[in-house]
Amino acid sequence: MDFLNAIILLLNYIFVPALAYGSQLAIGAIFVTLIYGILRFANFATGDMMSFGTMVAILFTWYFQSLGLSLGFLPTALLAIPFAILFMGLYMLIIDKFVFKYYRLNKSPPVQLAMVSIGVMFVTQAVVRIIIGPSDRRFFDGEKFLIKANEFKEMTGLNEGLAIKSTQVITIVVTIILVSTLFWFLNKTKTGKSMRAYSDNEDLALLSGIDPKKIVMITWMIAAILATIGGVLYGLDKSFKPFTYFNNMLPIFAAAIVGGIGNPFGAFLGGYVIAFSEILLTYAYKKFFMYVLPESMEPDGLIQLLSTDYKFAVSFSILVIVLLYRPSGIFKGKIL
Amino acid sequence: MRKNLNVIAAYSIMMGLIILVGIFQSWNIALSIFNLCLISAVMTMGANIQWGYAGLINFGIMGFTALGGLAAVLISVNPVKEAWSAGGTNILLSLFLIIGIILAVRFVLKRYQKSKIRNYIIAAIIISGIIIIRLVSEPGIEAIEEVNPARTGFLGGLGLPIIFSWIVGAFFAGGLAFVIGKVALGLRADYLAIATLLISEIVIAIIKHEDWLTRGVKNVIGLKRPAPYEVNLQETEWFINLVEKFNSGKLALISDIAERQAALNQFVIEGSSVFVKLCYSGLFLVVVIILLILTQKALYSPWGRMMRAIRDNEEAANAMGKNVVKQHLLIFVLGSAIVGIAGAMLVTQDGLFTPGSYRPLRYTFLIWVMVIVGGSGNNFGAILGGFVVWFLWIEAAPIGLYLVNLTTAGLEDTHFLKVHLIESVPYFRFLMMGIGLLLIMRYRPKGILPEKIEIK
Repeated sequence: MDFLNAIILLLNYIFVPALAYGSQLAIGAIFVTLIYGILRFANFATGDMMSFGTMVAILFTWYFQSLGLSLGFLPTALLAIPFAILFMGLYMLIIDKFVFKYYRLNKSPPVQLAMVSIGVMFVTQAVVRIIIGPSDRRFFDGEKFLIKANEFKEMTGLNEGLAIKSTQVITIVVTIILVSTLFWFLNKTKTGKSMRAYSDNEDLALLSGIDPKKIVMITWMIAAILATIGGVLYGLDKSFKPFTYFNNMLPIFAAAIVGGIGNPFGAFLGGYVIAFSEILLTYAYKKFFMYVLPESMEPDGLIQLLSTDYKFAVSFSILVIVLLYRPSGIFKGKIL
Repeated sequence: MRKNLNVIAAYSIMMGLIILVGIFQSWNIALSIFNLCLISAVMTMGANIQWGYAGLINFGIMGFTALGGLAAVLISVNPVKEAWSAGGTNILLSLFLIIGIILAVRFVLKRYQKSKIRNYIIAAIIISGIIIIRLVSEPGIEAIEEVNPARTGFLGGLGLPIIFSWIVGAFFAGGLAFVIGKVALGLRADYLAIATLLISEIVIAIIKHEDWLTRGVKNVIGLKRPAPYEVNLQETEWFINLVEKFNSGKLALISDIAERQAALNQFVIEGSSVFVKLCYSGLFLVVVIILLILTQKALYSPWGRMMRAIRDNEEAANAMGKNVVKQHLLIFVLGSAIVGIAGAMLVTQDGLFTPGSYRPLRYTFLIWVMVIVGGSGNNFGAILGGFVVWFLWIEAAPIGLYLVNLTTAGLEDTHFLKVHLIESVPYFRFLMMGIGLLLIMRYRPKGILPEKIEIK
């Protein structure tokens, strides 16, 4: 019984939250890695593009709510996602046309494109803050919990409760659907294959008659889908605040690089690596050991490896270690 | 003379703008803008010698700035004796342990050949070392943080004049840069950018949460000043006389003695804060000029030529027998050290250290905008970039307000759109920076004052 309690404890405080957070990071990391693999630059506007998509989704959510539309126990924001993706795609194509295209055609070095993306970051940030303001916003509606801690305790008769928020389930389900569709698209369809070919060797791809304009446009559209969905899922689970989104860029980058930048599957796993290590290293294991160990060996301290203040620092340290020992990431990067 | 015409023109326009602010807003605002422009100029010089001379991207400017600020605290604050006696020994012991770990790892690295076992030994040393350090330091840290937590709760500093911290800050930042450089300089350009960005976040996390060292988010206020205090100035004889002399024309117009005294007091109060700011301006100006002379000398020296050769073609420079790795490390350390000076100057000017205020947007990306806008590779350009961008950053709100009023002139004052836009005026600065950066990158990629290399 104690052993079961210990497992439920870990599930409740580590596994489920880390899985949800990891999925959100994974989507962002695939976004970064796609842009890096195909358009060949580190996109420093990642976080702000995600916040732009989320902002549009929130505006639509409010509009639907004012119309009285809802999805019942599901959050209304899910209904708003397709519209938000359309806007986001439009925004990205506009940015590409007026900003990135010039440098791509001139074959500028990646560093210059990264600098330009900082300009885009500033502009996007300004647009988001001017339209919706910098404050914290919650736009979640519908059923909050799938399983409540109390219900779970009553159901199983255990001491530890397992609370599963509906946003966590939504996050995980949407991520599975999105990522498997994406991998199917990249590996099985002709367009996806040509994207991979373009990423692998641009000149060779052009020689075999792949249209770069089409590739770039599709990449931005996929990027729009990933950015919007990733942003909305994060916002549903936590809350929407432009500054937090900007900061989320950092663990997302860490996830993309840890997984091997340019490799979507690596980025996907990288997200979970970062999320799990952040939570595993900063969790206080006292209660866990109280269940597992006999009474005489109960620990005095919190058994916490690092204080929770260092959550962010953990992921960055992992990144530094990976860069030191395997600069191409856990899965070899740059193959897409 | 002719060659430098654009430099002179650009700087005169910039000074003219600041003087205009002085005339139309107030001299106080103009001087605070000027002072921060000078500090920004130091930062951009640091970033410029890394990016402009050597082509290294350092997105960790925030971390180095914060380390400079930390130096200001550790140098100038008086030591907290009770805290030292409560937990000082534990902290010192931990420090020795850290040195011990580093030496042990170095020893293993030198002594044994590369193998899996060596990696495991190193990992074991580091992990067991961290556990021992935690056991040793934890009671000490708790004891220190319990000493009068509302006012101190940290070890304090050395109690020296704060000016020394400018040099110490450079050493702190340079030391960190050495470590980062050893780790990350082999990476490709954009990897280096991301790695430095994340490492600077780690630095900030440590500064924010190690309360025994920095007081963390409780901030350190009331740091010593290299300039006189306004309150003391207002009571000093010579200063009152000086103010009287300056404003004799205006004072002569007032006939009533009591009123005249009141007016004089007002002038003294205003004058004292302007005077203090002028003191800072003088100090900062000295630093900027010294650094400018040094960097210019370096740029036109054989060493500068070598750096440019490495920047423009690494492989060719390598083939000519130049040690690219070593030079990159050197310039990374030098540039970061300059940023560290700026960090210490910033805290000196503010008189307080607020770890929570270090954010990448303000301390990393804005500095990069300055370098790019001003002209990378050209020191005069970088300094000008610092001035222009900081000026716009401050004046963006008034300009934005003016623009909003202009475009929404047809609407009523209570119209929701107008109210909303006026509320979001502070964010127009981001818009302005972004559009400015994009325009410069597109139409004048070398910046306002482009790099000009003449063979002398």
